[in-house]
Amino acid sequence: MGIVSRGFGGRRRSSRPDLPPGQYLVEDFPVLSAGPTPRIDLGSWEFRVVTEDGSKRAWDWAAFRAMPSEDITVDLHCVTKWSKLGTRWAGVSLDAILGDIETAAEFALVGSYGGYTTNLPLEDLRSGQAWIAYAYDGGDLDPEHGGPARLLVPHLYLWKSAKWVNGIQLLDTDEPGFWESVGYHNYGDPWREQRYWGD
Amino acid sequence: MARAAVLGRLSWRVGTVVALRDETSTARTIVLDVPGWPGHVAGQHVDLRLTAPDGYSTERSYSIASAPDGDRLELTVEPIPDGEVSPYLAGVLASGDQLELRGPVGGWFVWRPGTADPVFLVAGGSGLVPLMAMIRARELTGDESPFRLVYSVRDPASILYADELRRRARDDRGLDVTCAYTRMSPPGSPRPAGRIDASLLIAAGWPPDRRPAVFVCGPTGFVEAAANLLVDIGHDPRRVKTERFGSTGGSP
Amino acid sequence: MSQLPLDGNALAGPLSEVFSVDVTAAIGECAHCRRRGPMAETVVYASAPGLVARCPSCEVVVLRLVRDSGRAWLDLRGLICLQLAIPDDPEAEPANGT
Repeated sequence: MGIVSRGFGGRRRSSRPDLPPGQYLVEDFPVLSAGPTPRIDLGSWEFRVVTEDGSKRAWDWAAFRAMPSEDITVDLHCVTKWSKLGTRWAGVSLDAILGDIETAAEFALVGSYGGYTTNLPLEDLRSGQAWIAYAYDGGDLDPEHGGPARLLVPHLYLWKSAKWVNGIQLLDTDEPGFWESVGYHNYGDPWREQRYWGD
Repeated sequence: MARAAVLGRLSWRVGTVVALRDETSTARTIVLDVPGWPGHVAGQHVDLRLTAPDGYSTERSYSIASAPDGDRLELTVEPIPDGEVSPYLAGVLASGDQLELRGPVGGWFVWRPGTADPVFLVAGGSGLVPLMAMIRARELTGDESPFRLVYSVRDPASILYADELRRRARDDRGLDVTCAYTRMSPPGSPRPAGRIDASLLIAAGWPPDRRPAVFVCGPTGFVEAAANLLVDIGHDPRRVKTERFGSTGGSP
Repeated sequence: MSQLPLDGNALAGPLSEVFSVDVTAAIGECAHCRRRGPMAETVVYASAPGLVARCPSCEVVVLRLVRDSGRAWLDLRGLICLQLAIPDDPEAEPANGT
């Protein structure tokens, strides 16, 4: 730890016993990004699932919004240590998306407009653990927070909740995504503090 | 000796605040004493690291404002509304306090005396800071490269180092300073308030055929607009060096 | 409120922990579009869980740096190579651009 800077407090934050280890609560909603915010026209937006044998299923915006949707309230934990509790979203469950898609794949590689990727076991997208979210806090999801739609998988660190999501590849072998291939933990469970390789 | 020099550059040092100087009603210069400071070149910056009692820490970069001066260096901070670090540095930090810093770093956006090329400085707001280090280093070394500064600010009250710039421009035939105001021009100003444009850069700067070394610094939006204008009016893009401070003042 | 990106000058401090010479003036060649230029001209996103530098021409990632305490990961696969200036006499001309 560096020398303490007299009188410096930093952004408002508080630690609470119910937070994952090393996290603190923030009041705002920080925006972290690895690249420019994509501007996506809803008329050309597409979400695509490709299975391990190459078969594809795609939704345009109208088809996506016609899917059954849920209102959910979840806690967010970013690997940069901030947490935000009780965030409200509306989205389509991955169980509905993956519903009748036949696959024996174990892994998923999620992709976004702009080239970002993140990977996770397919079972972590199922069983009510993940959504493609299009609304936040009662309004349309802002582009800087991932709109028009982002993945939301709150039981893992927030880098797994890919903003500007445009598809999922189902794979037989795991393929590390953008951050996983340069030091971040392959799985990313905040409750076991799995931030970096080897944690 | 060389090994110690290399290790010194890799580590965080501790500097002590020995003086504070208000530059405007909001911006403040911090004078630091940093034992063992290896010296710096005008244009370089330092990374500051602040740590709260609970261990939370954050880093920001600040350009060095001063010419090399032994163990002394100066930083000028403009507080950003709602900023996490700049209001602390500009308002809370006191004489005797310590700051952790890493540097000096940066080998691109630097000016070294002795090349004799004319120098064209274009500053937006707090982007003046590293360019002021160049102006000060020029005087310190007696370098004769002629300098022209175009400095874009909101209004006259926002001018950093106002008295010093006025004095230097008055006393030094090799330094020209033109201020451009974006929000409010003083009465009798030859130019109404507004963003810098090609005509201002042509009138107040060096023409491309003098092949000046050009340095542009300020918020990202300002730098991109200014750099595009400079290329539009004929400056060689390879002679235009830029340093962006992000969307507002210092780097995030 | 999102931040506009910085430029490669912002790489100087973080990379000074990895390289003993200045990297911002080093010339990099983008593996995607082959543009060559100083690393100082890359477009840098520093508010991410790591540092990301993108080619100013084609926007593809040229460099990523992640820092944990005691270790760092550096990915340079977006660069074909880096041309670095290394002073011949480290005593006479200090490294890192000074």
